[in-house]
Amino acid sequence: MIICQDPGLETTVQDTGRLGYYSIGFPPSGALDSFAYHVGNALVGNEPGAAGLEAVYLGPTLEFTEDTVIAVTGADIPAFVDGAEIPLWESVAVSSGSVLSFGQLRGGARPYIAVAGGIDVPLYYGSRSTYTLVGIGGFEGRALRAGDELAIGSDARDPRAGRRVDASDVPVHPSTAEVHLLVGLHSYRLTEDSLARFTDTEWKVTPDANRVGYRFRGAELEFVPREQPFGAGSDPANVTDCGYPVGSVQVPGGVEPIVLLQDAVTGGGYATLGTVVSVDRDRLAQTKTGDRTRFVPVDLDGALEVRKDRLGALDRIRSALA
Amino acid sequence: MSAGTETDTETRYDYGGDEFVYVELSAAMSLPVHFTSLAITRRLAEEAIPGVEEIAPSNASYMVRVDPDRLHPRDLVRELQRIEGEVGSLSDDLTVATRIVDVPIMLNDPWTHEVLMKFRDRHQDPNGTDLDYGARINGYSSTEDFIDALAASPYLVTMMGFVPGLPWCFQLVPRERQVEVPKYVRPRTETPERAFGFGGAFAVIYPVKGAGGYQLFGSAPAPIFDGEQRLPDFAENNSVVFFKHGDVINYRRVDRGEYDDVRAQVDAGTWRYSFKELEFSPSRFLADPDGTNAAMKEVLYG
Repeated sequence: MIICQDPGLETTVQDTGRLGYYSIGFPPSGALDSFAYHVGNALVGNEPGAAGLEAVYLGPTLEFTEDTVIAVTGADIPAFVDGAEIPLWESVAVSSGSVLSFGQLRGGARPYIAVAGGIDVPLYYGSRSTYTLVGIGGFEGRALRAGDELAIGSDARDPRAGRRVDASDVPVHPSTAEVHLLVGLHSYRLTEDSLARFTDTEWKVTPDANRVGYRFRGAELEFVPREQPFGAGSDPANVTDCGYPVGSVQVPGGVEPIVLLQDAVTGGGYATLGTVVSVDRDRLAQTKTGDRTRFVPVDLDGALEVRKDRLGALDRIRSALA
Repeated sequence: MSAGTETDTETRYDYGGDEFVYVELSAAMSLPVHFTSLAITRRLAEEAIPGVEEIAPSNASYMVRVDPDRLHPRDLVRELQRIEGEVGSLSDDLTVATRIVDVPIMLNDPWTHEVLMKFRDRHQDPNGTDLDYGARINGYSSTEDFIDALAASPYLVTMMGFVPGLPWCFQLVPRERQVEVPKYVRPRTETPERAFGFGGAFAVIYPVKGAGGYQLFGSAPAPIFDGEQRLPDFAENNSVVFFKHGDVINYRRVDRGEYDDVRAQVDAGTWRYSFKELEFSPSRFLADPDGTNAAMKEVLYG
């Protein structure tokens, strides 16, 4: 068992997500930084879909009541077992009675904690991921609180301490993140100048940045004047309500772009100008309020290339750790 | 492909990143377009093409989540274009098995009023209320007349989503009688649970509290999302959401007394929606909207 002594800012149980219910409004949820989550599971020798913990900004303090193997991945943050610093991106044995704690964030935003066997919470619509917006999944549908007791599951395949990710494979977290954007959807609603300005601007992450989406500030964008189609509503940012891809970017009012993440609202009526390539959501997940983000335009082939490279690297790392 | 250009005469196929294909049959909402979207997504589901992970029909468009490692998004678009050609436009004999549901609603309620007054800086009309604004821009001489129009005819659920269980409802009246309002200039960060909102040509009930950009007109006493399946309507269907795509909803105005009565039934765990099953024929509706609505209400209320 794991006893939560201090939950940090917002620590939730996450896995690969809740897929298949988008059409009734369930976003996928799941780990925002998918790479860090998957590598964590590989390090502790778990089955690929085992549930782990995702924290943000401040790590939790966790007590283990049994011997197990853990790994901390994701953000660059000092982690300690019983006060002694442990390496990140490496599996570490912990004993019954040991306490995992964290220091101050050095880079990135979200540390992930993988535990051999995974976190055992009930499956909800096929996933253990927490979706706090409606209070379902994970541990009682909410972020952890002090005193919560988490059971450790049986998703361990080959738990072993001392597995390590090569330093060259550890993602760095620059203060300006670059993410690839496939421009489209309702991009025709923005003037050409504004579209160019969108990809030229270094956008600043606002305090409204969470698992549903990140809001940015940095420039004003203008819409092409038109007679609005019936059903959309008269505001120039309005379209007839439609599905929003996870990762899509909308610009209500032209001043505050919102990029939707794993707990995305699944549809709505604001014009979207494109979609962040899925694997680059990992990078957004590691940016924090005040960080900067640049959106680099790619076409479909470019987007698929970025995906292939990143997933290829993950496969290679997993094989090396197996 | 017509990405990046706007046309309202041909279907627009576009990519939502590497994992989604977005298909807009029309920039404008209409029932024939909606039913074409429904026919295409039904056929797509039947064909069970490997790599098609999720299909989300919406108002005048639909979206497909694709696994690009199994099916190239460009190949998926070719399949979708083929299906669109085969399905064609709205067929006269299409009928949809559905149900008509009685949904109590309190318009001009105190709860949404309190919230909407907090966000006037994000609204088109900072000095009024959402209802007054809606009445004015839709040409109603009084807010009361506007409220009457909102509850006068049933609605069709033409999309689900935003958050789990939220129904987008398109009122079943000829276009000249349809209400249309913009969404907030910038979305609110707060919306009360069960708020009745309106955006574009669509009414919604917000299942849970949270952000939202729709004009706030009222409040529903009965839940439409029940995460623990406590109420029998949810437990018996083994679902956390009540509404389904294609449901017909009759929003019935209630006063504070009936609102509180429904709330008490919900608290006691005894609340049940009243509904009746029926076949909805789009072509019959388009030929005789008021007659079809009257017949459906007759089925519901007897």
